[in-house]
Amino acid sequence: MLEIRNLHARIAEDGTEIIRGLNLTVRAGEVAAIMGPNGSGKSTLSYILSGRDDYEVTEGEILLNGESILELNPAERASKGIFLAFQYPVEIPGVATMQFLKVAMNEQRKARGEEELTTPDFIRRVKEAAAKLQIDQAMLRRPLNVGFSGGEKKRAEILQMALLEPSLCVLDETDSGLDIDALKIVADGVNALKSPDRATIVITHYQRLLDYIIPDTVHVLYKGQIIRSGDKALAHELEANGYADIIGQAA
Amino acid sequence: MPAVQETVDQVRRIDIDQYKYGFETVIEVDKAPKGLSEDIIRFISAKKQEPEWMLEWRLDAYRRWLTMEEPTWARVEYPKIDFNDLYYYAAPKGTSGPTSIEDVDPELLRVYEKLGIPLREQEILAGVKTSRVAVDAVFDSVSVVTTFKKELQKAGVIFMSISEAIREHPDLIKQYLGSVVSTTDNYYATLNAAVFTDGSFVFVPKGVRCPMELSTYFRINEKNTGQFERTLIIAEEGAYVSYLEGCTAPQRDENQLHAAVVELVALDDAEIKYSTVQNWYPGDAQGKGGIYNFVTKRGDCRGHRSKISWTQVETGSAITWKYPSCILRGDESRGEFYSIAVSNGHQQIDSGTKMIHLGKNTSSRIISKGISAGKSNNTYRGQVSIHRRAENARNFTNCDSLLIGDRCGAHTVPYIDVKNASAQIEHEATTSKISEDQKFYAMQRGIPEEEAIALIVNGFVKDVIQELPMEFAVEAQKLIGISLEGSVG
Ligand SMILES: Nc1ncnc2c1ncn2[C@@H]1O[C@H](COP(=O)(O)OP(=O)(O)OP(=O)(O)O)[C@@H](O)[C@H]1O
Ligand SMILES: [Mg+2]
Repeated sequence: MLEIRNLHARIAEDGTEIIRGLNLTVRAGEVAAIMGPNGSGKSTLSYILSGRDDYEVTEGEILLNGESILELNPAERASKGIFLAFQYPVEIPGVATMQFLKVAMNEQRKARGEEELTTPDFIRRVKEAAAKLQIDQAMLRRPLNVGFSGGEKKRAEILQMALLEPSLCVLDETDSGLDIDALKIVADGVNALKSPDRATIVITHYQRLLDYIIPDTVHVLYKGQIIRSGDKALAHELEANGYADIIGQAA
Repeated sequence: MPAVQETVDQVRRIDIDQYKYGFETVIEVDKAPKGLSEDIIRFISAKKQEPEWMLEWRLDAYRRWLTMEEPTWARVEYPKIDFNDLYYYAAPKGTSGPTSIEDVDPELLRVYEKLGIPLREQEILAGVKTSRVAVDAVFDSVSVVTTFKKELQKAGVIFMSISEAIREHPDLIKQYLGSVVSTTDNYYATLNAAVFTDGSFVFVPKGVRCPMELSTYFRINEKNTGQFERTLIIAEEGAYVSYLEGCTAPQRDENQLHAAVVELVALDDAEIKYSTVQNWYPGDAQGKGGIYNFVTKRGDCRGHRSKISWTQVETGSAITWKYPSCILRGDESRGEFYSIAVSNGHQQIDSGTKMIHLGKNTSSRIISKGISAGKSNNTYRGQVSIHRRAENARNFTNCDSLLIGDRCGAHTVPYIDVKNASAQIEHEATTSKISEDQKFYAMQRGIPEEEAIALIVNGFVKDVIQELPMEFAVEAQKLIGISLEGSVG
């Protein structure tokens, strides 16, 4: 599904290299967890995957289903199935959540040459998905993310993910700011989307989320490289011992 | 590429040649000779079969105008206009004034069809559920048709071209014309008084709620022709009317002048809602051509508890110079100004409002949203003036500017003048750039860049859009999207 080969990327504005020779493969149906200390480049990687132009790829390749996506803009990548649940979801004042969802869903359909959704069909889908995530209708009428609590924002991200049905889901610290109940709801939402032709990358600092969304592989990102990969046992090891040992071994 | 740099580059590739109404209609016209003189004014007045007093009124204005200087205080730049190099009257042949739909040249009907403006009442009626809107269609210097006149008449509402009203309702015209914007108010208003050609006249008698939306569509077609619109709306005691004007013009290399005067009068407990969707040709990507839109619009809340609200969506014109204002004369009267001004390419906008509080317990509200892209300049210029006797006056002003790219300018120039200590005035202003975070977020969801910008901008202007009559809100949103097309690569 996703193959990242020797990726080097830097901040466009000042040339600082953040991703330094990163290799990662995520197969269809797989849940991959990425962990790593603050500032190691996890969010940056998610931005680069989704095509944010603050970063420049200087070397390497990103292949989605065997095709390079480096030349595609963020909207084109989204239509190809890449979805990023933001660590910090952005407020869009004046644009009702409903309206935003409708535009996004229809734009993606347009890009794939599909019919636009009819209003009743759209409303039905949103209602169903929102109910599963315990998002109430009033929230859908409010401008997207404006004044949403931390937990509401994260739930709204998963709502969008559920409706857009991406093939590669990237969740950047979706667990931060969630209370225990909300964590469970969100994890259920993510698990419900699990399918053999969908891959998920979960970026997190805590085992807690991985108790609910059980990863097939766990990767440690440090200073822009994957320095260690393993299975879910690796996450437990990190939870117990921190990063010091692994970093020490890699150095 | 850094985000900001990218926006700049995209804006550099700007191309605003996307004006959808730029077609020209070849139609036989009846024109006055070029230039401005007392003879030309006599020509216009005769064409419109005006009474002698009207001609005198015009000639007086003309003589005053000759002694006046063009104003220079607005933040707009343009070469000096040669007023003798313009035509002041152009009418499609055979239309010396509005007639019934059957008599309108089919070529003209096609023009309005192309513009999406329904003129055939049956067709409007046939359109199930779409709410009915009465239309006065002004083509260059004349009104070609006014729809739903009969039905409005039944309700007691007079809706016709001002030329007809001068002939048919001279008493009302004498009483109200020039009573809000005096003939000597300012350079362009005085010029307008001398040479105005057509526009709409609305009279809603005491206690009547106008049964439908009224609207006027202005179209400038002829080359080198000035359009001097004159509109007068009167709402008697307790009356209500909602009126909308729309405007378009062909794409031409040379600039065209639209110098309008609009006067509104609201008596006790009356309410007038005046909306504008201004989409004159803005000129091409190099700043060539486009309409000079020099407009004087003023409402007089003459009666107690009267209310006038101006809502404008300004997307067109090369230069806009326009300050729809309210004189809050009656006690407890209220003035509102809601504005969206979008400038792209080389457009220049200097627009705002004046709220003149004279009566007691008067209130006013100003919400202005300016959006600048390309190399455009967008100035909000507003005045709130509380006079000595205006006890307990209140004003709330909010001016927000949004910049797209960094070669455009946004300026806010508020004048506040308070002569009564009981006044309460609030002023908020913000200037922001379109956020790369918002744009990226929307694009990550699959929304292409231009749509993402249109969506964010429409969110930014939402407070004003919701003031528009429902029928036009969607249209206005689309228009904003269209006028920002090409603000990215
Ligand atoms: N646009 C930018 N401008 C300047 N510095 C940046 C930019 N983007 C990322 N960085 C820097 O790159 C490094 C990696 O940041 P990133 O946000 O990817 O870390 P992270 O692994 O997600 O951390 P956290 O666990 O705290 O979320 C940090 O030092 C950050 O400050
Ligand atoms: Mg991060």
